[in-house]
Order: sequence, then C-alpha cells, then structure tokens
Amino acid sequence: MQPIPITTINNHKNSRKLHDFHGGVHPEQNKHQSTQKPIQTPLLPPRLILPLQQHIGRAAKACVSPGEQVLKGQVIAEAQGPISVAVHAPTSGIIESIEELPVAHPSGLSAPCIVLTPDGKETWTALTTHQDYLNLDEEQMYAAIQNAGIAGMGGAGFPTKVKLNPSIAGRIDTLVINAIECEPYITSDDMLVREHAEEILRGIEIMARLVEPKNSLVALEDNKPEAYLALREALNERQQQAGAYEHEIELVVVPTKYPSGGEKQLIQILTGKEVPSGGIPADIGVVCQNTGTARAVYRALRFGEPLISRITTLTGKQIADPCNVEALIGTPISWLIGQYGYQPARQERLIMGGPMMGYTITEPDMPLVKTSNCILAPSPQELPMDHQAQACIRCGLCAEACPAELLPQQLYWFSRAQEYEKAEQHSLFDCIECGACSYVCPSSIPLVQYYRHAKGEIQEQAEAHAKSDRARIRFEARQERLDRDVAEKEAKRQARKEAAARAQAARKSADTNLTTHTKTQTSNAEQPAENGPSLETLKANWDSAQTKLDKLFDSLEETNKTNPDMATKLQRAIEKNQLRVNQTRLAYEKAETAASADQPTVLEKSVTSLPNTDDMKSIWERSQVKLDKMLITLADAKLNNPDTVEKLQRAVDKTQARVTQAKQNYEAVVSTSTATTPSTVKKSETSLEPSTENDLDSLRAVYEKAQAKLEKMQETLEDARANNSDTIEKFERAVAKNQVRVSAAKTALNAAKARREN
Amino acid sequence: MALLSITSPHVKGPQRTAGIMRWVILMTLPGLALQTYFFGWGNLHNVIWCSLIAVAAESLVLWLRKRPIGFYIGDYSALVTAVLLGLALPPFAPWWVSLVACLFSILFAKHLYGGIGYNPFNPAMAGYALVLISYPLAMTTTWANPVASNTPSITETLAIIWELSPLVDAYTGATPLDVYKHEVAVSTAEEIRSNPIFGQRIALGWEAVNLAFLLGGLVLIGLKVMPWQTPAAVLAGLALPALIFGWDEDQSAPLSLHLFAGATMLGAFFIATDPVSSATTNLGRLIYGFGIGLLTYIIRVWGSYPDAIAFAVLLMNFAAPFIDAYTQPRAYGYKKANRGPKASDKP
Repeated sequence: MQPIPITTINNHKNSRKLHDFHGGVHPEQNKHQSTQKPIQTPLLPPRLILPLQQHIGRAAKACVSPGEQVLKGQVIAEAQGPISVAVHAPTSGIIESIEELPVAHPSGLSAPCIVLTPDGKETWTALTTHQDYLNLDEEQMYAAIQNAGIAGMGGAGFPTKVKLNPSIAGRIDTLVINAIECEPYITSDDMLVREHAEEILRGIEIMARLVEPKNSLVALEDNKPEAYLALREALNERQQQAGAYEHEIELVVVPTKYPSGGEKQLIQILTGKEVPSGGIPADIGVVCQNTGTARAVYRALRFGEPLISRITTLTGKQIADPCNVEALIGTPISWLIGQYGYQPARQERLIMGGPMMGYTITEPDMPLVKTSNCILAPSPQELPMDHQAQACIRCGLCAEACPAELLPQQLYWFSRAQEYEKAEQHSLFDCIECGACSYVCPSSIPLVQYYRHAKGEIQEQAEAHAKSDRARIRFEARQERLDRDVAEKEAKRQARKEAAARAQAARKSADTNLTTHTKTQTSNAEQPAENGPSLETLKANWDSAQTKLDKLFDSLEETNKTNPDMATKLQRAIEKNQLRVNQTRLAYEKAETAASADQPTVLEKSVTSLPNTDDMKSIWERSQVKLDKMLITLADAKLNNPDTVEKLQRAVDKTQARVTQAKQNYEAVVSTSTATTPSTVKKSETSLEPSTENDLDSLRAVYEKAQAKLEKMQETLEDARANNSDTIEKFERAVAKNQVRVSAAKTALNAAKARREN
Repeated sequence: MALLSITSPHVKGPQRTAGIMRWVILMTLPGLALQTYFFGWGNLHNVIWCSLIAVAAESLVLWLRKRPIGFYIGDYSALVTAVLLGLALPPFAPWWVSLVACLFSILFAKHLYGGIGYNPFNPAMAGYALVLISYPLAMTTTWANPVASNTPSITETLAIIWELSPLVDAYTGATPLDVYKHEVAVSTAEEIRSNPIFGQRIALGWEAVNLAFLLGGLVLIGLKVMPWQTPAAVLAGLALPALIFGWDEDQSAPLSLHLFAGATMLGAFFIATDPVSSATTNLGRLIYGFGIGLLTYIIRVWGSYPDAIAFAVLLMNFAAPFIDAYTQPRAYGYKKANRGPKASDKP
C-alpha cells in the first residue's frame, strides 16, 4: 500500500466557493478494505443473466431467441421508446433461455431476463470506431451513446442519452461529474478514477459537446487523495496537449460528509442552488453525470463499445479478498463473490449498494446490472442488526441530520398513523431516502422504511382514485350505450312488426291462391318464396351463433387471465353455444337441402316443413334456456365481477334478440303449417293426421314439462324466501318467466286440441 | 442459502436513547452535589427515594401492560423523571410528598398516555405541580436554610423527611425569590439583601447550584445531547422582561436573581429540554423556550407562587404541537416553508 499523499488534496484550492447542505452524517468510511488492489478481472462466468430492465424507463425488448449464437457486444434486447436503453451480449455465446428470474431490486420480484451461456471465445461483433470522435455531429454522438445502452451508472440508471437531451443544450450552466462516492464501503468510482482518469476526462469532453455547459467540473470528496492525484495528473497532461482539447474542466474537492454525493446535495454544495421540488437539475442549469457513465460514453464513441461491463466493489468481512472488479453485466453475484473468498455468515445478508442506501438481495444468484456499484457482504459484528426499535422521544436528531431539511420525526408519526395527507404536506416526497435520519435515531427506529411504506401507500391510493375515475367514465359510457341500444331495439321491433304484418297479408293472399288453384307450377313457384325467409333466418341464426361463439372464445381467453371462476362459467357457455351452432347449422342445411331438393309437391313440402318446425322450436327453447342461464350469470357477475358485466350484458342482449327471432321463426312456421294444413287435408287427410297428433302430443308434453318446472320453481322460491333474500329476486323472475311459458304452452295445447276437435 | 431481507440503512450511528438519558443524569450530578453541600442531604435523599419509587412504579405498569420490563427500564427515562423531581422538590419535603409526586409522574403523566415518547406533558413537572397545588404548606415550608453551619446531619434529615421528628425552624426558611417577592413592596433592595440568605453575591447556595446546572447543561449541548435553542430561549424569555421591568431593584427582583435563584437553570437546561413534551422544530424550540421564560417571569412577579418553572413548562407543553405545526422549516427545493395545518401549494 502506498502512503496516502494526504497533504496534496488538503492543499487543493477550489476555484469556486463551496456551500454546505443541511444535516448530513459521518458514518465510518470503511473504504480502505477494497482499495488495496488494482481493479481485478474475474473469470468468465459459466452463465450470464441479463435483465431486460436495468434502467429507469421502459424495459428493453428481447430480439434474440433461445438457441441463437450471439457475439460479444451484439444487441440482444432493443430499446423500447425514447426512455429506454438496449442490452448487449457481454460475451459471445448461446442464448439459453428468455425467462422470468429474480433480479436485484428492492422488491425482490422476478423480471424477464435473457440467459446467455458463454462459449469462452469472446468473439466481438463488428464495432464502429471513431478516431476523430469529437468531430462527429450531435446526431451521431447521441446515436452512439444510445446504441451503447448507457444508463446512469451511479445508481438510478437513468438513460444517459435522455439526460444529455438536446433540448437542454444551451441552458446548462454547469456539467457536474460526480465522483463523490459518499457511501461507506463503496470504492468503485474511486478506483475507476485512479485507473482511468484520462478516459473520464475524454468522456466529460464529449458530454460537454452535447450539453454545451459554461463550466464542467469533477467533484470528489477529500477522502480520495489517490483519485485526486490521478485526475490532477490527467488534467495537467491534458493542458500540455491543449490543442486536442478546448473545454476547461475544473477539479473540485468537497469535505467528506454523507450524503454529499446525492445529486441534489452535490448541486447545493457546488452552486448554492437547490433543485426545485419536483423538478430536475436542468431546471437550474445543472446536469450531473457519474464518472462511470463518462467513461462509458467515451468508450462508446471512440471504440463503439457498448456497456457490457462495469466496475463494482466487492467488500465486507465475509469476503476474504475485498477488491474492485471490472465484471461483465449479468454475472451472478454468488459466482462473482465466490471468486474472492466469500464465506456466508450464519445470518447472511448480501447488500447491493452501500450500507446507507443499499438493499438486501433475496437470491445470491441474482445478476450484476448496469447500476450495481457495490456488493457488500458484512459480518454480523460488522454491521449489527439487532437494534430493537424504541419509542420515538422526539429528540429531533433526525431533523438535524436530514439533508432535505424535512422533519423526519413528524413524517414518522404521520406515516405510522397513516395520516398521509399530513405526511405529504410535510414534503414526504422530497425525502431522498438517504438513511441519515435512521442512522442518527437514538431509538433505532427504521424511519426510512416507514417513509417508503407511506410513499407506496399514497401512490397506491392515487392509483385507486384514478381507477375509480376511469370506472365511472366507463359506466356512464355504458349507460349511454344501453339507452341507445334500447331505442334501436325498439325501432327494430317496430320495423319487424310492420314487416310481419305485411308478410301476414301476403301469406293470406298466398293461401287463397293455394286453396283456389289446383296443384300447379305456380304453387310450386311460390314455395321458394315461402321457404325463403325461413332459410334466410336459419342462415342468420347460424351466423349469429357462430359470431357469438367466436366472441365467447375471445372473452374466455381474456377471462382466463383475470378471473378463473368466471372462466369455467364461460367455458360452459361456450360448450352450449358450440352445440347451438351445430344445431343451427344442421337446421339450416336441412332446410336448404329440403328447399332445393323437395320442391315438387306440396305434400312433401309440408312434411319437410314439419320437422323444420320442431327444429325451430328446439332452437327457440334452447335459446330461451341459454338466455335464462345468462341472466343468472349476469346477475352473479354484477355482484362479483363488474368488469365482465358489460361483456355479459352484450351477450345477453344478443341472445335475447336471438330468442325473439327464434320464437318468431317458430311461430311463423307454425302458423304457416297450420295455415297450410286445411289445404293439404283436402289433398290427403290421412297423411297429415298423425303429424297433427304428434304435434298435439308434443305440445302437451311441453305444457306438462313447463307446469312441472314451474311448480318446482315455486317451491324453490318459497325455500329461498324462507332462507335467503338475495336469491329471491332471481327466482321470482324465473318463476314469472316460467308462468308465462306455461300459459303459452297451455294456450298452444288448447289451440291444437281445438283444431283437432274441429 | 437463505438471505435476510432488511431495509436500509444497514449501519447505525452510536447515539442511543439510554445514552442520552444517562448523560442527562450525569450532568445533574454537579448541581446535586452543590445542593447537598449548601442545603444538606435532603435533595440527595429525595433523588434516591424518587428513583426507587419511579423504577418500581414503571416496572409495575410495564408488567401490567405486558411490556418487556428490562428493555424499558433500560432506557433510563423513569430515572430521569425521578432525578429531576428529587432535584426540584424542597429538601425537607416529607416522604409522602415525593411519593405522590413521583407516582403521579410515572403512572398518570407518563403511562396513562402510553409511556415513553407519548406523554404530552413533562412527567416530572406534572407531578411537581400536583403536589405544589395539593400540599402548599409542605411545599413552601420545607426549603432548607442555606447557611452551611445550620445544615442537619444525615440522621436528622432522615428523621425530618420521614416525620420521625418535627421540622426544626432553624433548618428551614423561605427561598430568596420568595423573600424578595414579599419584601420588595415594603423594603428597599439594600434592606432585602441584608438577609443572610442572599449571601455576598446573588443568593447564597442557589447561585452556585444554578451555575452547576448551567455548566452541566452546556456540556450536554456541546455533546449534542440536547439542542441549544430551548435553554437559550428560556433564559432570554426570562431575562428580557426582567431587564424591562426589573431594572429598578427596589421595585422588583433583579435579573441576576431571576437567573441564578430558584430552579431557573435546572428548568432551562434539564426540564424545558425534555424532548418528548417540547416543540421539535428549531424555530419551534425558540418559541417554546421563550414562552417558558416569559411565563416563569410573569408568575414569579405577578403570580402567587415564588417560582414557576413547573407551571410555565406545563403551559407551554400544551402549545408545543401547535407551535410545531407553524414552524416547519423550509424543505430543500422549496421557496418557502409549508406551514400551518392546511396543505399549501407547492412553489
């Protein structure tokens, strides 16, 4: 270990006046452990896991498929939309799978990842290099940055191209390169600056080209003398070859205090200005970039290298050999730390990030991502976790420590009491979750956890509110549509009524023709005219049934995802409809063949028309049954699942229409057959009698069945009245419907009887 | 391998509630030593006696509430209440006065409101005010005479406090604040000062004790155990009216007497600073403290009690939540502070 040239950094004179930020804490640094060795290169891992979302914004979209051979640096997932970045293959190999795997995220949830098995050859894809990268035009620069998949490497992972957005060019006063690294334990930026200061400066230059700031500066804490020296040297060198550079880069040393590396705090230190609440640094003319990002930008432009590796600190007492590594993105953490002597403790936690803001990962096999700056594996003694929270004594130490000048203690009380409005009024959302308040809390209260929870709750409430607003709008739209439908239906009914009246008149005249004329070609010619509408409606029945079935299939698919309960119900409905489609098709085909083949005699026609009547009746009955079932399902759905109600309502309406149609068809056919009966009787009385008999019998059967059903229903209704008021209404409706049916059947039966007696 | 899931931060600073309370107790000891030197063993007895009662009462309530007794006793908060009571009560206050005050502090003022962290009123002062109102005789006639030669021995002190022997007039006397208040109407400052209880300087014994509490408090502020705003504001709130109205020593008690007699420094540094019942914002603490100082002056000068720290603290306890609501600091990124009970618009 070299002696630290501490005097050098202490003698540094900042060219700008520094400001202080409120609060802050001084936790033990613990940085020396991981700075003893140069940046290491780990072995090629046996497997790389590349989450599609490693940045803020939309996840990238995989553009490779399992089994595909990819080259190092090849795009394997493309950016989706403006705020998104691509993912590249960190090495050459074969895509093993694309699946949901646990990823490093505070939520501990899984996310889609591309799994890559390296082939060990490290074959690069073709890269576009630019010797003269500073003379590229802006478009090319932006394209290179975007194509390299660079997202902020400091922690948040905001797409770098967006942050260097052209629209902010010209109104930026200061470009800040953040090399502060105020979190204890983390040294990845420190080591990066020590070893790659030159590349960072070049990266700054590129970014300065894009945002055109008045000043560019690199800021680091005064606890990094080696990094300071490296930068100093690189800057001096740069000055000597001044021809190659034109932009001045300032070096600023700030006092060590956590969290001076927080974007807002650093801006305050450097400029004395504050980023407005809810705003971004560009609002006050500042853009902040991380050192790692600066280097990645340089390498992307100069060498065309995409972001496929990063420098990460591996530290903590459970790692025997703490150091910084330049590891491939996607390297499983367990594999990575395993190479540096990691020994799991009995009660183990692996922290992604530092001890102040890092989060514990839930699976050791989670991959390293573009924002992973540190893996901390502390021993239980190193970072004890057995602090039992005591009651808050309102000592106010948290408010003293808060860099956002909030009242953490008040926020705690409000969060705890779920007084979210007050919490918001106390600027809860300006909390940067730096953890300074929890750090100083003498009662060991996990304050930040309360704030995170409260923030989540408030966001959830806001979403629920927005959802209910949407539901209201949807409901109103539906109501409007229903009203319209009713009006349309009424109009249709009127039209049908008139059409029926006309048809009746036509039929009457046809009847007269039929009775007065003997069996002639003219009567034959009239048959198709009479058969026509029935054939058409049958076809319509079939079509509509088919459409309905298709629609049901659609909704089934959707429901399967959202509501398994409803799905089984729909499945049943579909089966029934399938049956119905077959039935209607059969009916249609039969009618068609009958119509085309059996025209010659009236007798034969009337014979074929009889089964036709039965068919139609069965269609009608079946539809009626279906409708009833649907009404019940609808009522059910209204209670349980408002989302599907609309769909069901439509289905019911359609079926209702179908039932009416089927009924009308049936009635029309029945009336035709009865109307034709007298005339055919004259031709052959014997041939028709049995069919009338059959008719009568079946009508009686229908009547009896309906009667029995009605009685049963009435019984059930009584039962329901006694037990459960909820279902009464439903039953009452059913009973009423059945009563109507019974009386209809009775009337039909009586009419048939009368006819027969006549 | 099962990994633990813990939220950040994973590192904890050295500050602990028990540590804060221990420092507070520690820094009262110089004052207690001087009290014992000038006024006899009474205060030391009261501190010990109150501590026993407080710990016993606290344990009982914790047991009843099914809380871990060791965990809560270990925060030293009951002990702080007891020590403050012991320091504040008259040295020869009968044993039952201390008992009532201490039980009321712990049982009513503290645990009926939910225990540590939840009490709206300073428990020690609630207990003190109760006995001051309930037992005016026992609370006014038991102040010790600071003439050192007259201080009774330990056994005599115990006998007086435990009422085994009658109170000896020679040992007791009115406090300087009391004497000044009553005599200023009829005598000049010089005549009043001729009373030996005022000694050579401000008030014999009291001045030294107050100085000790002042120094102890300054140490606590230096250690960041307590904020400077509250005590500074208390002293300012007391000094300002004392300067305005008390410039004439013949008309009312002078500033020096207000600051260095009675429970001024104990109140400013150890009682008003009770974090739980005081205001929490920095500006709020200034207002809160100033209110205590001002009310203390008002009651001392125009009220019927010679000292008034307890009443002043309790009155300002009422106001603390209200003060907090109107003294929110301006948060980072805002043009002005969000204040008042209603949510105001962001800038």
